[in-house]
Amino acid sequence: MSSRPRIKETPVTMDTFLKGIWEENPVFVMLLGMCPVLAVTNSTINALAMGIATTFVLLGSSALVSLLRRGIPKQVRIATYIIIIATFVTIVDYLIQAISLELYNALGAFIQLIVVNCMILGRAESYASRNNVTKSVVSALGMGAGFTIALLCLGTVREILGAGTLLGFPLFGADFEPWVVMILPPGGFFVLGSWLLIFALLKQRKTKMEELTRAH
Amino acid sequence: MSTVTPAQNSNTQNSAKMIKTLTLIAMISGLLVVLTFELTRPLIAENQRIAVEQAIYQVIPEAVDWQEYRLSDGKLLVASETTEGISIYAGFNQAGALAGIASEAVAQGYADSIRLLYGYNPACECITGIKILKSAETPGLGDKIFKDLDFIANFKALEAKLNGEQSALENAIITVKHGEKTQPWQIDAISGATVSSRAVGKALNDSAQYLLPRMVNQLTTIKQMSMEDETK
Amino acid sequence: MPTESLGFIFLNALIINNFVLASFLGICPFLGVSGKLNTAFSMGVATTLVMLISSICAYFINILLVTFDIEFLRLIAYIAVIASAVQLVEMSMKKFSPTLFRALGIFLPLITTNCAILGLALFQTYREYNFPQSIAYSFGAGGGFIIAIILMAGLREKLELADVPGIAQGAAMTLMLGGILSLIFMGFAGMGGA
Repeated sequence: MSSRPRIKETPVTMDTFLKGIWEENPVFVMLLGMCPVLAVTNSTINALAMGIATTFVLLGSSALVSLLRRGIPKQVRIATYIIIIATFVTIVDYLIQAISLELYNALGAFIQLIVVNCMILGRAESYASRNNVTKSVVSALGMGAGFTIALLCLGTVREILGAGTLLGFPLFGADFEPWVVMILPPGGFFVLGSWLLIFALLKQRKTKMEELTRAH
Repeated sequence: MSTVTPAQNSNTQNSAKMIKTLTLIAMISGLLVVLTFELTRPLIAENQRIAVEQAIYQVIPEAVDWQEYRLSDGKLLVASETTEGISIYAGFNQAGALAGIASEAVAQGYADSIRLLYGYNPACECITGIKILKSAETPGLGDKIFKDLDFIANFKALEAKLNGEQSALENAIITVKHGEKTQPWQIDAISGATVSSRAVGKALNDSAQYLLPRMVNQLTTIKQMSMEDETK
Repeated sequence: MPTESLGFIFLNALIINNFVLASFLGICPFLGVSGKLNTAFSMGVATTLVMLISSICAYFINILLVTFDIEFLRLIAYIAVIASAVQLVEMSMKKFSPTLFRALGIFLPLITTNCAILGLALFQTYREYNFPQSIAYSFGAGGGFIIAIILMAGLREKLELADVPGIAQGAAMTLMLGGILSLIFMGFAGMGGA
């Protein structure tokens, strides 16, 4: 991730894919779609499921919007995008119910609330409506992966600290007293805040290094 | 407005195009949604059936078979898609005899409402088990209501005897402070999760006070119905 | 659970299960539009207004959906109704009260993608609230949103005078504040218990 391609020789599609993961990460950089990020990341498995569900919706809606982009009239484009997104969310909703009711109950209304995830509408409006299908799909995959990675970053930290487990398996001995607050709502805010702090720190250090090398 | 100016013409063309696109998208959407709905419906129904079945077998330990009934206006009917009323699940043991009935109960917990399924055995006039279906209780504290084994042991044989007139419970089910349980109809609360424990007690009491007096005469109906099933 | 009293539903949505701080709905405007106190208040009022309207619409749409047995279209129907309700509010506000429009207008398009609105419509359906209960719920949710966003805006205005280290400025700081507020609101939990 850290070695992002800058040189032209890497194919454009690789760059489009990686952009979503690092440079334009929807959660850590663009701060989009915060509600599910905070709400369903109290365990790793929930975070992973939510990430995959969101990626599926993003992929489907990006492909369809891109396919129909010449036919969609400007005046009603937002309404059209929302209908397309809602269609894919309904599909995901039923698929998850068919796969596991337990997972469905754990994620609650946040599956249906993928509809109003600003990231998806934002991608439809700013990317899929202007690029061809292949490019949109690759970019959607990248964005989805970036979103999933971000959710996992929160989910694992919150589960390890808040419950002392990872994917349900206990990590520490019986003596470990879990920080219950981490799987409660405040923990979501704190962990995401801490991640942002870490990224800000990394960025600051990097700019300093660059300045130093330039000075030499 | 009799002559159509070019601008208006392009407007109508635009509108026609707009309507055409929207219809197309609505059709694609509708097709996709209906297709998924139809394909996943049997799977979802099966998942739900398994979830209900597991819950029933948990709260009525002897049950190996079950049947859903609906209670409305003092009448008990075999549940179908159209019957309305409170769902009552009857569990049958290996011999095909009634092993107990199960029903849902609700009360306001610490965070949100707690929904649970409880089993009732008419032979011992007691509650034989509970299963929390939905709760948002605090992890580590309130969620002990389905993790704390001592608390769950309360519901292995919790007395729910009707009074002489069969109009209410003889002794209301009540949650008492941890370690102060003296009577078979009392629930020993979890220390540190009193609100959640009390909510479980309240849910059981509310539901049992309402349901058991109404069910007492219906039990024979269930027995008869199951007999008819056997003879078929 | 249609037996809950109106007052309880209102209080529950207002503070006990605050939409923003306990249920994580409407986080985007909570983080994005909480820089200034007046704008935050305007945003809150506009959101409450839209919540009320979409709650009423969702209630009747749900009756229609149930009657025709097409509940699988619920999500699409709700979001379409909310989007058009927002448009309608925007247009009528522009016509009848330009002053109000100048104050609230710019927030209205943003509100369409506020998950608190769709969340409210979905939750009231799941909880099978009747009409007055739905109204009480939407007022509680709107009020809760206003409380949360105003508290946050107040804190952030004060913080402008404080000397915050460079890396903690912006979103990270806002999230930490949100965490502390959320911690405070956890104290209200249990108020509805037995």
